[in-house]
Amino acid sequence: MTKRELAAKAQAEFPGYRADDIAFAVYRVFDAMKEALMRGERIEIRDFGVFQVKTRRARRARNPKTAALLDLPERRTPFFKVGKDLKERLAGRGNV
Amino acid sequence: MTKIDIIQDVYEKLGFSKKDSARIVESVFEIMKECLGRGEKIKISGFGNFVVKEKKSRRGRNPQTGKEIEISARRVLTFKSSQVLRKALNG
Repeated sequence: MTKRELAAKAQAEFPGYRADDIAFAVYRVFDAMKEALMRGERIEIRDFGVFQVKTRRARRARNPKTAALLDLPERRTPFFKVGKDLKERLAGRGNV
Repeated sequence: MTKIDIIQDVYEKLGFSKKDSARIVESVFEIMKECLGRGEKIKISGFGNFVVKEKKSRRGRNPQTGKEIEISARRVLTFKSSQVLRKALNG
């Protein structure tokens, strides 16, 4: 499912509204989350999961294709941790 | 940020009522959960991809007791952030 298909599903659930308005609201959800991450904020979506920005420290690495050394500067990476409910729902009824 | 803040954002920026904003935001995550529940992946351009991966059962150890246990086959959700998002965080 793509973002567009997600918007289409949402539109089907809100038939009395302008399709464009619903699509913009769906897109806005992800833009708002992106902006929060850019501010370094943690995002907690109940029953879904947590998005967080972690800082990777600078390190020296190799380009695996050319074997050339390169310096990777310190950088921020988004992380997602699946919520417990969703994790269990996906895993099925197992142990752990 | 929690769902409440996202709802507030949609309310302020798009002119839906508070109630409608809440219903729309809730439905976005509901639709996503249903999709993932079917094992389908979700690609949100500019944000990232959510992919359900099948894991085979394997033997593992309880790190606390050292006891060997069987970890059952399961599906796990992985998130791969979009390059656009990573660039946005670092620029």
